[in-house]
Amino acid sequence: MISRRSICLAAAVLLALAPDAVAQRPPESPMRLLTAQGARTLPTVEVGDVEMVALEELAAVFPMTAKEDPVTRAINVQWRGQSIVLTPDQSLASAGGRLISLPAAPRRIRDRWHVPVEFIARALAPNADPRIELRKASRLVIVGNLAVPRLMVRHEAPGTQARLTIDISPPAPHTVAQQGDRLVVRFQAQAIDPTIAPFTAREFIRGVRPAPNAPELVIELGPKFGSFRTSTLPSGGALERLVIDVFPSADTTDSATPSAPAAPDLPPLVQATAAGLRTIVIDPGHGGDETGARGPGGTLEKDVTLAVARRLKAAVESRLGLRVLLTRDDDRTVPMDERAALANNNKADLFISLHANAAAGGVASGAEVFYVSLEPQGEEAKRMAEAERASMPVFGGGTRDIDIMLWEVAQARYVDQSSRLASLVAQELRRVIPMSPEPIQRGPFRVLVGANMPAVLVELGYLSNRAQEELLRSSEFPGRAAQALLGAIVRFDAAVRARADASTPLTAETASP
Amino acid sequence: MTSRRAAALAGIVLVAAVAIWVLFVGLPRWTAPPAGDPPRAAEAPEEASRRIHARLYYAAPSGARLIAVEREVEFGDTPAAQARRLMEAQLAPAPDGYASAIPEGTKLRNLYLTGSVAYVDVTGDITSGHTGGSLAEILTVYSLVNVLTENLPAVTSVQILIDGKEADTLAGHVDLRRPLQRSPQWVEDVAGGTEDDKP
Repeated sequence: MISRRSICLAAAVLLALAPDAVAQRPPESPMRLLTAQGARTLPTVEVGDVEMVALEELAAVFPMTAKEDPVTRAINVQWRGQSIVLTPDQSLASAGGRLISLPAAPRRIRDRWHVPVEFIARALAPNADPRIELRKASRLVIVGNLAVPRLMVRHEAPGTQARLTIDISPPAPHTVAQQGDRLVVRFQAQAIDPTIAPFTAREFIRGVRPAPNAPELVIELGPKFGSFRTSTLPSGGALERLVIDVFPSADTTDSATPSAPAAPDLPPLVQATAAGLRTIVIDPGHGGDETGARGPGGTLEKDVTLAVARRLKAAVESRLGLRVLLTRDDDRTVPMDERAALANNNKADLFISLHANAAAGGVASGAEVFYVSLEPQGEEAKRMAEAERASMPVFGGGTRDIDIMLWEVAQARYVDQSSRLASLVAQELRRVIPMSPEPIQRGPFRVLVGANMPAVLVELGYLSNRAQEELLRSSEFPGRAAQALLGAIVRFDAAVRARADASTPLTAETASP
Repeated sequence: MTSRRAAALAGIVLVAAVAIWVLFVGLPRWTAPPAGDPPRAAEAPEEASRRIHARLYYAAPSGARLIAVEREVEFGDTPAAQARRLMEAQLAPAPDGYASAIPEGTKLRNLYLTGSVAYVDVTGDITSGHTGGSLAEILTVYSLVNVLTENLPAVTSVQILIDGKEADTLAGHVDLRRPLQRSPQWVEDVAGGTEDDKP
């Protein structure tokens, strides 16, 4: 008798546990939902590497209903007169007849259907009014026309002073005030979306963090802090730059008085001429676990690209005085999206991605320069972009809307300039390293598609070819390649200035098809 | 009494073991997509004789381009079935004298057609077995894209999914987030490029 009851009990317990057999955990930081009414947490769970949200939670926030069809097992979501059909075990869904792809299939967890959070951006947002924006990396879902500026915070401390640069996009009114041993930057916005670059030197500024419940950045001051000065540099309509210079107090330095406002250690805020290039982002391909191609002698693509990128950065900084950012300066994995995003967030004027190639057979050789081909993206992408653009109400000005809309295909506007850049890079490389029979080509490269500036991808040579591997791993190669790329940047800069002077469009040289 | 309790305990352990097996081994196996081959084997007798001529894509000896090779592929009675047959043939080891641009061991998990877009879901071997290099990656991608868009007029673009999920890239270069159209750019022009090499 006891035994039968125990068995039943054990079976019941195991069955009750069954839905939890899937490993799931709450995300490291919760997703926050911002509406005109205020902020709240949107509960999500991570299943494997996919973050999921219960349809029930979404129905509590958005005017939608979700029903499971007992016969077909499909989940039907009614959303603003549109029907979104989800199928268990399938990562594809149909939204108003349009097929959308999700990173994972819907999943039943504790008796509630969960969908990947991308569902918000791909299924709900295109047909939403007021608009919905998912900023997954920033852990935000924004509903309505809220001002939630993105802040890119960087810190430089070259010895006798420190500078904090905050890029605000879109611009938002702000004030800076000292409160004891901290500076508080308060924004007129519903919330802020900061990305704070890590920094090491902490004499002047110990750290920067967002205030927990207010649209404020808190800057913790260090022991050497004496005084500060702010300046604002509007750069175009979509971005504003706030610079906070921190000077030492009189008793910590004896000679260097902060009376002279121009800081000698830091580059000038505004270049002498605004027409030319100012910021360049160099992207050493691959890195970390993602090694890229490997030569027969063991040379790794990620090492070749980093060596050239470092030499190029040094050359451009010292010879041209331009600001150069690397998407990575060591051996680590950088997600695809972050590479172009670094360039976009810093308003870079050029994006150069460095790679080394591989092909079967070990015969192919020579360097190639690629610029993006967008044609294979097809009408679907364009149609979706149009549809989303049409459905979006005004958000701080018309052109800014378009910027946001076309982010995924931002490169489309720069194809001509990228083609021009590619031909300059090919001409300069040809002087110092062997080129492939087709030195300029087009391809649907992921890293270029989202770049909102002229962008090229340079394949420096073929690691799969033994002779080429020798060349690429040689100690003089990074210097030679960097010199050629520097030459191309100088010529492109000259073309940009000439165009600004004469306001004649750059002529795109046609590449070999 | 002790023996009865021992029996009860043994019973619980047995049930627990069975339940755990069902949850972690049985269910995934039963709900996993069919392996692909068995159903075909079942319908093989009458279908075996029906074949179509199709162009499959392999790496050219230079390694720099694809070449189109005419081969016979099993007939499928619907566009989706034909797409599946073509893809299975493309993923099979290359015939003698040719090299596949697709990493060995890559299998077709699923294939859907929606309108003119084919969604090709392949196993993760396509990424884990990839040698890297943008050209090698381009050739892998366009073997899959071209084999369907070239042979099936109804298919104009192909989106590659990996292990059932949308993928960013195979090895860090080609944008796979959207369907790709056929690209003759990566195919070598060979005057007599078609050959019947039935062994």
